[in-house]
Amino acid sequence: MNKNTPVALVFNAIFLTFMLAPLVIICLVAFTSKGYISLPLDGFSLRWFRAILDNPHFIDAFYLSVMLGVASATIAVALAVPASLAFARYEFKGRGAIMAFFLSPLMVPHIVLGVSFLSFLTKVGWYGTFPGLVFTHVIIIMPYALRLVLSSVTGLDRSAENAASSLGASNWGVFRRVTLPMIIPGVAGGWVLSFITSFDEVTMSVFVASPSTTTLPVRMYDHITETIDPLIASLSAMLIFITMIIMLILDRFYGLDKILVGKGK
Amino acid sequence: MAHQSNYKNNARPYLLSSPALLFYVGLFMIPLIMTFMLSFYSFDINRGGILPGFSLANYAEVLADSYFHRIFIRTFLLSILVTFFCVLLGTPEAYILHRMSSRWKSLCMLAILGPLLVSVVVRTLGWAILIGSDGIINRTLLAIGLIDAPVKLMFTMTGLVIALVHVLIPFMVLSVWASLQKLDSMVESAGQSLGATPFIVLRRIVIPQIMPGVLSGSLIVFALTASAFATPSILGGRRLKVVATTAYDEYLGTLNWPLGAAIAVLLLIANVIIITGYNKFIEYKYAQAFK
Repeated sequence: MNKNTPVALVFNAIFLTFMLAPLVIICLVAFTSKGYISLPLDGFSLRWFRAILDNPHFIDAFYLSVMLGVASATIAVALAVPASLAFARYEFKGRGAIMAFFLSPLMVPHIVLGVSFLSFLTKVGWYGTFPGLVFTHVIIIMPYALRLVLSSVTGLDRSAENAASSLGASNWGVFRRVTLPMIIPGVAGGWVLSFITSFDEVTMSVFVASPSTTTLPVRMYDHITETIDPLIASLSAMLIFITMIIMLILDRFYGLDKILVGKGK
Repeated sequence: MAHQSNYKNNARPYLLSSPALLFYVGLFMIPLIMTFMLSFYSFDINRGGILPGFSLANYAEVLADSYFHRIFIRTFLLSILVTFFCVLLGTPEAYILHRMSSRWKSLCMLAILGPLLVSVVVRTLGWAILIGSDGIINRTLLAIGLIDAPVKLMFTMTGLVIALVHVLIPFMVLSVWASLQKLDSMVESAGQSLGATPFIVLRRIVIPQIMPGVLSGSLIVFALTASAFATPSILGGRRLKVVATTAYDEYLGTLNWPLGAAIAVLLLIANVIIITGYNKFIEYKYAQAFK
C-alpha cells in the first residue's frame, strides 16, 4: 500500500474537521449554562438537557417519529422481501420495468412527493392521521429497503432450500425456516436504514405533518425557523448521541460504506 | 432442477411483487398524477380558492415571470457550485482514504459517512450556529481581533454552498471510493516502476479509472442540491429562495396549490431529464470500459 504524502494527510485532517465541526459545535453549545447560543467556557451545565423534559411537544414528536419509523420500516421490509425473492429468482416479463418502478421514488424530489401526498391525503381524508403518514414514509424508504434485501437474496445458496422441500417442507415452511433465517442480516440492515431514513426525513414530512401528527425533524425545523436557542442544540446533541450508537452497531455488523453506498441514488 | 421449475411457475413472481406494486400504484402513482392534474387548475382567492379546469396559465406564469426565472437560475447555479466543490474536495479525499491503512480508513469513513445518518435539520443547525452573524466563528474572530465587523455568511450564497457541500459531499466520497475499489494497485506500481512520475500515474491511470465514480457522484449531488429544502430554507430564508422553498411557500403560505403544483412538476421534469440524460451520457462515454 502506498503511503499518503504529508500534504495529503493535512488535507485529510482539514476535511475531517470540516465534516465534524457542525456536529461537534452542537454538542458543545448544548452544555452551555447561558440562555443563548454560546460555548460552555465557564463550566458545563446540563440545564438545557433538563429543559427538553419540560417541552412535551418535542417528547411527543420524538415518540411519534420512533413509532412512524418502526411502522413504515416494518411495512417496507414486508413488501421488499417477497418482491426481492421475485426479482432474484425469476426471469419474468416486465421484471426490469417493475424493479425500476420500485426504485423510482429516488428520482422524485422529496418536495414533489410532499406536495403530492398533501393533495392526496387531503382528498381521501387521511390528512393528519398516523396511517396516512406511515404510507407516505413507506414510499420514501422502500427503495433503500429493497436494495439491501435484494442484495442479501441475490446469490443465496439454494441447496438448503432444495433439501428442505425435497424432505417435504411446504413452500411457507421452507421460507420461514430456511430462507428467512439466511436473509435475516440483510433484512435487518434494510430495516435499520429504512428506520433512520424515515426518522430523519423532513422535506416531505413538512407537508404531510399536521399539528397533531408532527414528526421530530419537522418540529425542530419549525423551531429553528423561529429561533435558534440552546434548547434546540441540546435536543440535536441527544439525536447525535443516539445516531452514533446506531452507527457503531451498523458499522460493526455490516460496514457503513456497504449500507450507504446506494443511499443517494 | 429446482431452478428450472421456477420458469414454469409464471404467476409466482407477479404474485410476490404484487403487494408492493399495488402499494406503489395507489400511494405513489395516483398522488403524482393528482399533482400533475392540479397544476392545470386555476386559483382565485376571491372565488373560493382552487378552481378545476384545464389551463396552462400556471406554467405560463412560472415561465414568463422574471421572479421565478431568478429562482430557477439561482437553484441551478447553486447546484453547479455545490457539485463543483464536492468534486474538487471529495475526489482527493476518497483517493487519500483509499491509500490509508485499513484501521485509519474505517475510522475516517465513520467520520465522513456518519453525518449522513444525522437529520439534515441537525446538520444545518450546526452551520447556523457556526456561521450566523452572532455565530461562533464570527464571535471568535471578533474576540481575537482578526475582524472588525461580523463576516456575513448567513443568508448568503457562500454560506449556503458551504453547508450544502457538507451535507452532500459524503455521497461524492462514497461514489468515488466505490470506483477506487476496482482499481488494481498493481497497475499503479507498474506505471511507477516503468518510470512514470506520481503525477503521470495519477493522470493516466487513476483518474480515468475513477471517472465513472466522479460522474455518478456529481449526478447525485447535483440532483439532491436542486431539490434541497431544509438547508436553503434555514440558511437562505426568504432572501435566497430556491425552487423547493418557493413551492413550499406557494403551498403553505399563499395557498396557491395549482401554482405550487406547476413548480413541482417543472422541478420533477427537470430532475428526470437531467438524471436520465446524464446516465445516457455516461453509458455512451464508458460503453467500452464496461464491456
